Amino acid sequence: MRPAGPVSFSILAAVLLLLCAVWPAQAKDRDQLTIGITQYPSTFHPNIDSMLAKSYILGFTRRPFTVHDQDWQLVCMLCTKLPTIENGLAVPETAPNGKKGIAVTYTIRPDAVWGDGKPITTKDVLFTWRMGRQGQTGILPIEFYRSAYKVEAKDDKTFTIHFDKLTFDYNAINSFDLVPAHVDQVNFDADPVAYKNKTAFDTDTTNEALYFGPYVISETERGSYVVLERNPKWWGEPGPFKRIVVKIIPNTAALEANLLSGNIDMIAGELGFTVDQALRFETRHGKSFQVLYKPGLIYEHIDLNMDNPLLKNRDLRHALIYAIDRDAISKQLFGGRQPVAQSAVNPLDWVYADDVKHYTYDPKKALELIVKAGFTKLEKGIRHHKNTGEALRFEFMTTAGSKVRELVQQVLQSQWKAVGVDVRIKNEPARVYFGQTVTQRKFTGLAMYAWLSAPESVPRGTLHSAHIPTEANGWAGQNYPGFDNAEMDALIEKIEVELDKPKRKAMWKRLQEIYVEELPVIPLYFRAEAYIMPKWLGGVKPTGHQYPTSLWVEEWQAK
Amino acid sequence: MLRFLGERLVQSAAVLAVMSFVIFALIGLMPGDPVDLMISADPDLTSADIEKLREIYGLDRPVVERYGNWLWAALQGDFGFSRLFARPVFEVLIPALGHTLALLGISLTLALCIGLPLGIWAAVKPYSVRDYAVNLFAFAGISVPSFWLGLLLIIVFAVILGILPAGGLGTPGADGGWADKLIYLVLPAASLTLASVGGHTRYMRASMLETLRQDYIRTARAKGLTERRVVLGHALRNALIPVTTIVALDFGFLFSGALITETIFAYPGMGKLTYDAVMGNDFNLALVALLLATLVTLIGNILADLAYAWLDPRIGFEGKNQ
Repeated sequence: MRPAGPVSFSILAAVLLLLCAVWPAQAKDRDQLTIGITQYPSTFHPNIDSMLAKSYILGFTRRPFTVHDQDWQLVCMLCTKLPTIENGLAVPETAPNGKKGIAVTYTIRPDAVWGDGKPITTKDVLFTWRMGRQGQTGILPIEFYRSAYKVEAKDDKTFTIHFDKLTFDYNAINSFDLVPAHVDQVNFDADPVAYKNKTAFDTDTTNEALYFGPYVISETERGSYVVLERNPKWWGEPGPFKRIVVKIIPNTAALEANLLSGNIDMIAGELGFTVDQALRFETRHGKSFQVLYKPGLIYEHIDLNMDNPLLKNRDLRHALIYAIDRDAISKQLFGGRQPVAQSAVNPLDWVYADDVKHYTYDPKKALELIVKAGFTKLEKGIRHHKNTGEALRFEFMTTAGSKVRELVQQVLQSQWKAVGVDVRIKNEPARVYFGQTVTQRKFTGLAMYAWLSAPESVPRGTLHSAHIPTEANGWAGQNYPGFDNAEMDALIEKIEVELDKPKRKAMWKRLQEIYVEELPVIPLYFRAEAYIMPKWLGGVKPTGHQYPTSLWVEEWQAK
Repeated sequence: MLRFLGERLVQSAAVLAVMSFVIFALIGLMPGDPVDLMISADPDLTSADIEKLREIYGLDRPVVERYGNWLWAALQGDFGFSRLFARPVFEVLIPALGHTLALLGISLTLALCIGLPLGIWAAVKPYSVRDYAVNLFAFAGISVPSFWLGLLLIIVFAVILGILPAGGLGTPGADGGWADKLIYLVLPAASLTLASVGGHTRYMRASMLETLRQDYIRTARAKGLTERRVVLGHALRNALIPVTTIVALDFGFLFSGALITETIFAYPGMGKLTYDAVMGNDFNLALVALLLATLVTLIGNILADLAYAWLDPRIGFEGKNQ
């Protein structure tokens, strides 16, 4: 018996596989920076869908009119001068709705041109505004286009936007992203409703006329990579690399392996490692890379459903926060890189008030409050109400599969257990959790997730009682706890229109006081972004807010 | 045979039609829709905005009406737009399908080329050292989790040896042609091959062992035929019948089952695309991707039926033994 045939076949196939494996890997190119991120943008249109991956990539290729810089100051990028009431470029007026409005005048940089060399003009401004006002295109942000009821072009470079309300951030048009009229107007006018599927940003992504940043997109492979080349028409400092490649690697373990193998040079903080992953990476490979941590505006918290009869009791809400050691969680799980949040306002924000109540770990006080609320009977380690016999029990939800959140959740569960609070974990996939459970307020007790906000972001959507999602309002609004407080509502409305900074700061202080006193939400920590970079790369300054580092790519340098 | 093929194609079309409605309805039943995602991303949306957005995305109509509209458009070749990628569905699917077919074609071919001969080799000398060695290899392949194997291959060949790229589709910005794409395929294909070769080896071994116990094999040996002739000439065709079923079932699995490998190796194929479409509420894309997976499974089964008849002439196309 000599079955040599099949064996030879097996060996041949195996050898073939091994032969393929010794093919030399790609050569290194120092003119190129390769960045790894975990997501591919769903669209490259700047005004359709808001997505971090898109903001990051477009940050290399486009510039907003105004933006908050690395120091959280509002600055002009595409405009020449930030309009203010003081410099006369912003003039309060009465809007057609009879309310106080404002006319704000901007001038586009004289040297600003699209990637094909055509000047950026007010034609592009008018076209973009018309597109947003049309209302059938899915252009975001809806609120901006609703409020900007008129735009007047003074000349090719100067225009005035008339807003129907006068808010303190009247001159911030960060999300008014220009679309080139000479490229996309024909697609829009042909069918405004179908425009979102026919825009040149997605049908002709490598058209340089769509971009006006230091780089233009020269090649894309959906789901795999985006190649950016220097924009020869860019008016500012040239980008530090001839080419930037953004590779999409959805799995973070694979992201790390790609970094170690040299397949990518850096991992963007905006869409890369979580802090715990970065800390582990730093321990193992910190000598070969630089790791930057930047706590920012991603606010990790637990919403308390105020419709829950137990959670309506403020003492019990306070007991919940006194019973947990958030400091220890921050230190033990995140090496202290993610600071404990005292409220929704980040300490880096100028409106942060440090002198409002800070909750510290005090299980004794927690127990006192629980007893005060009538939960005196202890059965099998769980507190029960002295009269009704009701157990002090809550359902605690978060996104299933989110390792960090599930870890934090377990720590919190054990700390609450120590004071007799029975917390039952019930997690759901993000698709279900954010698709319905949170957005339609179907969680019965506690829901942990994060908010991403902007500097001095007024929490109208999350704390104003008019924004409690209900079936009647089509589940609009993000006040998921169902917080209803008249003073908070009034404060939010006043802050939005208060132009005097000291007065506004005082109002913000009161807002934070109500927040921590009423405690509709348990603040946990501000998430940090972790940037893993080669030692030779300098000038990358994480912002800590939602505007990506790529907006300042010309400041990066290869040392 | 043509009649058989025609009947099976008609049956497959009916199954596809039913499945299209079932999948459409099930996707509609999933919590959250594209507008829900927008609501969670924009605190300023009012109920009027939400109503308008639902109208824009056609979500304000009942599921049957939406399905009817979709079906009518699909019959005219318009499968709609992907919400996630803002492109016509097939424009998104075809590149991913191409990537998946390349990856799975290579890995399935290699898995069969390695697994089947190894199974035969082990079966002709059962319970020998050779058999135990092959079984050990097969069980190792079956037991090793694919994500772990993928990472291990990346660490060895990309990080330590540095001879292969850790993942991706090709060298960005370089027109390296097929050779470049092939390099990027080595590790994911090896990972999938190693993960499935064990199963094929075990099925082939078991099937061959069973066949070698049959009377007609004893007769063939009694006639003085060489062992090689007995195994390859007489036993192999019959032993391949159950294995064919497994390979046919693999077709459907290949579409979705490569998800982990595609994710680890950042390889944008059908598995990852389907997953992203389902998770991202991309109804059109998810629907067509799932239908494509159904279609591939049906085609796999038709091919398996044809293969049965070729392997065993006693199995006729009329569905009864001749």
